[in-house]
Amino acid sequence: MSRAADCRAAASRVAPLFVALSLAGCATAGGASAGRDPLEPLNRAIFGFNDAVDRAVLKPVAQAYQDSLPVEAREIVGNVFGNLADLWTAANQLLQGKPAEAASDLSRFVLNSTLGFAGLADIATPAGFEKHREDFGQTLGRWGIPTGPYLVLPLLGPSNFRDAPARVVDAQGDLVLTIDSEGQRAGAAVLRVIDERAGLLRGERLVEGAALDRYAFIRDGYLQRRRNQVYDGNPPPSPDDDSGYDPADDPEGPAAPPPAPQPTPAGNR
Amino acid sequence: MMKRLLSLCLWTMFSLPLAVAASPEAPDRMIERLSVEILEKIKSDGALQAGESKKLNELIDSTVMPHVDFRRMTALAVGRNWRTATPEQQKQLMAEFRTLLIRTYSGALSSVGDQKVRMRPLRANPQDTDVIVRSEVLQPRGEPVQLDYRMMKASDGWKIYDVNVLGVWLVETYRTQFAQEVSAGGIEGLLRSLSEKNRQPPQNRS
Repeated sequence: MSRAADCRAAASRVAPLFVALSLAGCATAGGASAGRDPLEPLNRAIFGFNDAVDRAVLKPVAQAYQDSLPVEAREIVGNVFGNLADLWTAANQLLQGKPAEAASDLSRFVLNSTLGFAGLADIATPAGFEKHREDFGQTLGRWGIPTGPYLVLPLLGPSNFRDAPARVVDAQGDLVLTIDSEGQRAGAAVLRVIDERAGLLRGERLVEGAALDRYAFIRDGYLQRRRNQVYDGNPPPSPDDDSGYDPADDPEGPAAPPPAPQPTPAGNR
Repeated sequence: MMKRLLSLCLWTMFSLPLAVAASPEAPDRMIERLSVEILEKIKSDGALQAGESKKLNELIDSTVMPHVDFRRMTALAVGRNWRTATPEQQKQLMAEFRTLLIRTYSGALSSVGDQKVRMRPLRANPQDTDVIVRSEVLQPRGEPVQLDYRMMKASDGWKIYDVNVLGVWLVETYRTQFAQEVSAGGIEGLLRSLSEKNRQPPQNRS
């Protein structure tokens, strides 16, 4: 068994805090990630803790939720929370200097809150207003603030030194947290967590099957996805994207591409 | 004047068909054609939707693999350690990686239904030999799923060598994990972990 696999086996057996100490030795094996994840030993421990909580509580609840509610009902729940989120998305679009997107997301909120029966139905998407998700972490990224080291938050999961503090600002713009009655507010917040967790059940099986090391897989996927979100799907080439492999060095490698056609001579213009 | 016009006409007549014959199908048109073809095949075949591995392997071999530079894909994921692997190990790495990817994604095929593929504009120059083709999968519900491809022009047409789902590149996601395994147990260690993973029972599906 590899050292990484040993670490994982250990992580699943021992209490999280103890693991933090024992992992300090083996986590250095992943030297490739040291730059982005200097806190890897701590992060792995919190990841293990989150995983244990998830397996014991959240995942069974989310599974029961998914099994007991018909898909239409779950869609309505998702629509309501999605609609509330659209307003904060619009605000962030504006902060990011994207007035057209801000207007579109605001239109979504107005349309769905009125004709969509307080957000029960998402009529804005078929009407051509595409759904976006923007948060304050993405806004900070847009302003040029780097992510800093990767950070796994207890119970909240993958984050980084930029996005974790940004969640405090997101909470200010979170309409669910403005519900007056304390009981209803808590109930809505819990329902939202369950609904989001249920949405991950399918993707989670994919990660389960695909990952050699779930921690590294989720970390690298998360960091790439955040970067992609900051740039709305068109990120510039990443400095991390250098494998150290050059196909030109590979004697059995694929044939080199044909030389690029030379720009046509001036006479053709 | 007439002479110049005539020569221009002649030049156009001869060079156009040549240019068409010499340039392979544009990369984004190729992805569009393949996406439609594969979605259709999956939709019309229950065995494929159920993730039946023999049929799936056939489909991938006949439709996808001719357009994938899988050697390059594996080599990029293994990174600088690729050169230290023997040709035999490289072959095994490619086989295990392929099995892992097919196992992973075959589970997702059961959810193929009303999806449509929409191409996003290709931002590339005609003389580029390495491009990113962008597309989106439109679903009946929810946001579109971003699906991009890195492609390289080879002597026999464009080849895919990396895939991006929802902003996450496949090769980059495996690179750290592969490097971890190699630094712990060498290429042999990576091969062992991959084949161990591939021998585990497939994930349950709902």
